[in-house]
Amino acid sequence: MNATAQELETRAESGPAALDQFLRSNRFPLVEGRTVTFVYVGAADSIHLRHWLHGLPNSLAFQRIGHTPVWRLTIDIPEGSRVEYKLEIARGGHRQLITDPLNENYARDPYGANSVVRGAGYEDPEWARHDAEARLGEIQELEVDAKSFGDKRTVLVYLPARYRPTRRYPLLIAHDGPDYLKFAQLRSVLDNLIHRLDIQPMVVALTQSSSRLTEYADDERHARFLAHDLLQALESRYSLLEDPESRCLMGASFGGVASLSAAWRHPGTFGRLLLQSGSFVFTDLGDHDRGPVFDPVVKFMNQFRARPGRPAEHVYLSCGIYEGLIYYNRSIVPLLQSTGMNLRFTEARDGHNWENWRDRLRDGLSWLFPGPSWLVYE
Amino acid sequence: MVRHHVVLLGPQRLEPTLKDAVDSLGIRGRIAAVTAGWEERESEDQELSAHLGGRTVNLNLYARSEDVHRSDPELLGAIRARHDKLRKLQELYRVRLSHLMEAARELLRRETLPGYSGLIEASVRGAIDAVRRLDDEHTLRVREAHVDFDRRWKPHEREHVARHRRELRELLDGCSALCVAGGHVAILLDRLRMFGLIDLLREQPVFAWSAGAMALAERVVVFDDRSAHGPGDPEVLESGLGAVQGMVALPHAARRLKFEDRARVALFARRFEPCICAALDPRMRMDFRDGEWSAPWGARALTTHGELREVGAA
Repeated sequence: MNATAQELETRAESGPAALDQFLRSNRFPLVEGRTVTFVYVGAADSIHLRHWLHGLPNSLAFQRIGHTPVWRLTIDIPEGSRVEYKLEIARGGHRQLITDPLNENYARDPYGANSVVRGAGYEDPEWARHDAEARLGEIQELEVDAKSFGDKRTVLVYLPARYRPTRRYPLLIAHDGPDYLKFAQLRSVLDNLIHRLDIQPMVVALTQSSSRLTEYADDERHARFLAHDLLQALESRYSLLEDPESRCLMGASFGGVASLSAAWRHPGTFGRLLLQSGSFVFTDLGDHDRGPVFDPVVKFMNQFRARPGRPAEHVYLSCGIYEGLIYYNRSIVPLLQSTGMNLRFTEARDGHNWENWRDRLRDGLSWLFPGPSWLVYE
Repeated sequence: MVRHHVVLLGPQRLEPTLKDAVDSLGIRGRIAAVTAGWEERESEDQELSAHLGGRTVNLNLYARSEDVHRSDPELLGAIRARHDKLRKLQELYRVRLSHLMEAARELLRRETLPGYSGLIEASVRGAIDAVRRLDDEHTLRVREAHVDFDRRWKPHEREHVARHRRELRELLDGCSALCVAGGHVAILLDRLRMFGLIDLLREQPVFAWSAGAMALAERVVVFDDRSAHGPGDPEVLESGLGAVQGMVALPHAARRLKFEDRARVALFARRFEPCICAALDPRMRMDFRDGEWSAPWGARALTTHGELREVGAA
């Protein structure tokens, strides 16, 4: 046990006043090097840490300190890690998942919020925060006639600051774009990186699907929607560079599958891919165990592995090492390299979540669309 | 062609020295200003104007080019086609350059290893010559693209460009000097070229800094050892306007180049010799007159030994 956790025990045993003072003078969880101690204070029958760290049991039990209301759990987390978690409180036969009352760091996602522990050395990216100096882009709505689906779709479109139609821009199509805006601060990221000349000024189409698990899982209609309906609508409304090298598909999780699948089905259309924690589940033998929603994904990935072709020219691939998907992502690296595509693969000490995806955006976008810093000499 | 007294200065934003340079040549009249490298911010020249005592006349080259784009869609289409061609030429050049530079760097690294003496020198020379030949070939191909464009579209004879050129000549005739600020070097060079601005000068002195200095040189070399994805290879972008000769302008060199990497500095200097690779950092000044360089306030240049040397301090 480390010194701070030892002190916690001593204070807890010494009574409420000593404990209160300890709680007020420390930040929780307690992080010392690789050691992280989670603390909960309150009546309960048991407390468990619920997390999504691949490689650890997904529920770790807290230990109660003597007869006090203080519970603690100490685990080892490599430096630079970022971990999302919840606490499961069992009391009187009921179980409840809550965020950590002692931890003020949260990450939001479409399902709510998780507490976040930042391991030693992890740095919250300042380039993802609002920068008063950065000029702000604009977001417009575009209604697209989605012939592929037989309906109409509303797509948000980010235009860089000082967009003007006499100049032509590269195009980024982001799956789950509104979620990227909301949970990965994509708007600030774009404003800042463009302002700092780290990336080219670009137009970003932010798509969303109400049935993403179907449409993103190698759905031929979705690929056609991107390659024809959406592209046509964007090119007729905005001033875009029209060569494949200036078009990029991006997505996380199933959005990564949708990006790869669309590029594979329409080679020579999208020259760049930004794939984050792609759900690239495949099988070498037998069935997968991820449920029926993955059936078309596995079928696609097995086809892709057999005949990858060359769906794009540049691929940026990233995945968290605490995700179950890390095995699949690592596995396709040599396959992607063998196609002759230019690949950059990055692993992060993080899980399957939006802030992991946010934290990789500068590296990925500036690699795919390097900014004009080389050309600007003020 | 080279008939002007040209003064190249270090970056002006934080330590402006332009007024001192202007005063040192005894210039009293109005000064034409090109800030097209600032793009949409072209007109935000209040600091510059105040620094020179309110006697600047902004030539508004960027706004004029936007007017040409709007008024002459046929020319805009041709400009875009040329831009696409230049972008592809740069990509092709970059592919070849990265391999040649990698070979040159590797051989330079082995120069210091035991057992290679007497063998490695010719290999290094050959590797650097290969890079120089590629740079020359690329420069030529880009120049050909411009020549083809000019021959086919004759931009200076087209109504809207010609009108702006007449106005610019008039403005320049009323000025005693021209100053060219920095910014986006490709855009600045493009606008200077679109209106043939240097040819519209009589014999007024020219003051330029940062991207402005690069655009006036024979060849524009872009570089940034500290870019987001590690040091890339310096690239020849294209020919400059050739108002000064025998010099590669390296603005913000102290910030953008890894001076501590002597092999890298040496390779840079050997690649472009006999040109002076001038580190145009704040307060530096280099003057070009009658085909000769001088550095009245002192300046530094990269050496083939990977160091920096003072050039011509008075």
